[in-house]
Amino acid sequence: MTDVAINGELPLPREPSYLGAGHTVASWLGTTDHKRIAILYAATITFFFFLGGIAISLVRLDLFTPAGDLLSDDTYNKLFTFHGVVMVWFFMVPSIPGTFGNFLLPLMIGARDVAFPRLNLFSWYLFLAGGFCTLYALIAGGVDTGWTFYTPFSTMFSNTHVVAAALGVFIAGFSSIATGVNFIATTHMLRAPGMKWFRLPLFVWAIYATSLVMVLATPVLAVTLLLVIAERWLHLPIFNPDFGGDPLLFQHLFWFYSHPAVYIMVLPAMGVVSEVITCFARRRVFGYDFMVYAMVGIAVIGFFVWGHHMFVSGQSPYASIVFSFLSFIVAVPSAIKVFNWTATLYRGQIGFEAPMLYALGFLGLFTIGGLTGLFLASIPVDIQVTDTYFVVAHFHYIMVGGTVSAYFAGLHYWWPKITGRLYPDIWARFAAILMFFGFNFTFFPQFIVGYLGMPRRYHVYPPEFQVYNVMSSAGAFVLAAAYLLPPLYLTWSLIWGARASRNPWNATGLEWKTSSPPPRENFAVVPHVEEAPYQYHPEGVAPEHGGENYRAQGDQT
Amino acid sequence: MIARAKILQPPWKEISRQREGATFGIWVFLASEMLFFGSLLLLYTAYRVANPDVFIIAGRETDIWYGTVNTAVLMTSSLTMAVAAQAAEADMRRLTIWCLGATVILGLMFLVFKGFEYAEDIKKNLVPGANFALKPPAAQIFFALYWIMTAIHAIHLSIGLGLVGRLAISGALRRVQLRENPQVEVTALYWHLVDVIWIILYPLIYLMGRS
Repeated sequence: MTDVAINGELPLPREPSYLGAGHTVASWLGTTDHKRIAILYAATITFFFFLGGIAISLVRLDLFTPAGDLLSDDTYNKLFTFHGVVMVWFFMVPSIPGTFGNFLLPLMIGARDVAFPRLNLFSWYLFLAGGFCTLYALIAGGVDTGWTFYTPFSTMFSNTHVVAAALGVFIAGFSSIATGVNFIATTHMLRAPGMKWFRLPLFVWAIYATSLVMVLATPVLAVTLLLVIAERWLHLPIFNPDFGGDPLLFQHLFWFYSHPAVYIMVLPAMGVVSEVITCFARRRVFGYDFMVYAMVGIAVIGFFVWGHHMFVSGQSPYASIVFSFLSFIVAVPSAIKVFNWTATLYRGQIGFEAPMLYALGFLGLFTIGGLTGLFLASIPVDIQVTDTYFVVAHFHYIMVGGTVSAYFAGLHYWWPKITGRLYPDIWARFAAILMFFGFNFTFFPQFIVGYLGMPRRYHVYPPEFQVYNVMSSAGAFVLAAAYLLPPLYLTWSLIWGARASRNPWNATGLEWKTSSPPPRENFAVVPHVEEAPYQYHPEGVAPEHGGENYRAQGDQT
Repeated sequence: MIARAKILQPPWKEISRQREGATFGIWVFLASEMLFFGSLLLLYTAYRVANPDVFIIAGRETDIWYGTVNTAVLMTSSLTMAVAAQAAEADMRRLTIWCLGATVILGLMFLVFKGFEYAEDIKKNLVPGANFALKPPAAQIFFALYWIMTAIHAIHLSIGLGLVGRLAISGALRRVQLRENPQVEVTALYWHLVDVIWIILYPLIYLMGRS
């Protein structure tokens, strides 16, 4: 391989693509290729996504009526716990980092692979082991603690399979740490010549910031769950009030991970959306430097706001005031990002292809989720709506409206690169719109019913709340239908879809300069980076109106 | 030369860069480990502040002899590990392997002493539960933390033993070249973490109430 300075095009590699590099099961399960590992993650999290979805569909079905007709109280508790545990740790946390992070990080920085390819594979196996451990807890009879495993209920009173579920999350945590270490080392050590820090695509920055949080927050969760296991299984009193133990300490440690975990889930989404919006607005990103500072700022400040989950726990009011203040502060960088995305759209040549529809959906839903987060950061409002559906609606706007929308945006944006196939865009647009409406029908009524006082996690509710619950449940089934569409047409595209060119969106970024799908070695020559990302138009000049500077999927060969 | 080619793994192009990457990676992982043990130390601190007298009573029940001897053993292993890493750099293969072997033996000694200490503790009814030896309830929390912290430390030490032992054996059998091998420094750094954690645990567990 020789170093070649490039401005426009790299020579296309001649070797077979990474998909053609082996067809046996062993060539997949023993692979150290970051691109294949990304596919392994994608398959696993899709499985868990639909499993968690089935659990919550049953819950929403049950909530059509005020009385719990369909499920027993116990089953209801187990189903929403299962939904929470699976969706948080086995879908959301590994979703974008495990799939797009793995696939794209080396491609975007012009590397051959991640820094530690075998550790990368090991990380997937850890994730799988943790997943099976938690699935065992479900099959053996379920867990009813909620995804938060609050003590003393989880340690002293629950008669369900807490140990197996917590052990599964514990193991998956180490997968997270290994992935984080790998991504940080990759970003530091393996950037192509000329790829300076402030030339990195924002997706790389997002994955880097996420990895920092993964490495520094996850071990605290690991210890916390280990202590729950030790207390339950070995009867070592750590949080038991009979011996002077303090259940609040559990909450502090739990949220020290679980609040930063929110940023593990949403930062990668911000990275994806930055790539998609710039491409489909044909614009340089507005305020690149501040986009970077905002992401690193979110990752750092996010560590100091966990106490806003505990305003009603009886913690010191002074602590509450500080946590409330810091929670307002952490909203500032998020707001900077939203304004910058909006400014990027300004005077852009906006195309409404499926990835862009998902990304625009993200923008609106994330804004609503973020603003309602400010309500919850304010102590008096939070005390009114603690543990109500208002909170449920808020974090679903961030996680589902935000992260899942961005996940689908990324899936549609990079699908031609990953698989080498084009999907039917009309179906993809239809699914994106259906998902947006289904989502809002599901969760907007929950803001209202929560504000009116309906507590979360309750199996039965007063009849006056029924209208909101019927709306929400009906919306959930629209949403479920929208989620079933992409697997259908994307699978269709694998067999009958047209072949994708190397750069079907005419996008910038190194990943588009190699063939689709890329070969095992990623690039035929080592790319040499000479300019900042997102060079969609000359500096200082907005893209021309009416020009042919936007090309649709599949135009360029 | 064959051994040298074996050390160089994709995606790296030069051994020096690969070593830099491996060392950087293990430092990031050690930062993660600090948070892991940090949470336990936070718990210890919170409960000690809440129960200062009980922690002094409970701390006196630990066996300071086992604790002190083990501290000396582990510090010595740290020395042999450091010598091994430096010797590997200087291409002193025989010294490297001897020092790696000594590290493994000292680590095993630590575990054996720890086992005897655990047996004594069980005999003295220092396992939290119905037959616990001490009256104050919070003493059970001290010993719950004692068991958990020392057990987690011992698990880390065992992983370290596996890493050091693997290097010693494959080095002795000439399966890998030890000089320039990034695994030597990675293993040494991990081993020193295990020592550092013990240096923090020793006063918290054994010197509590003995001043």
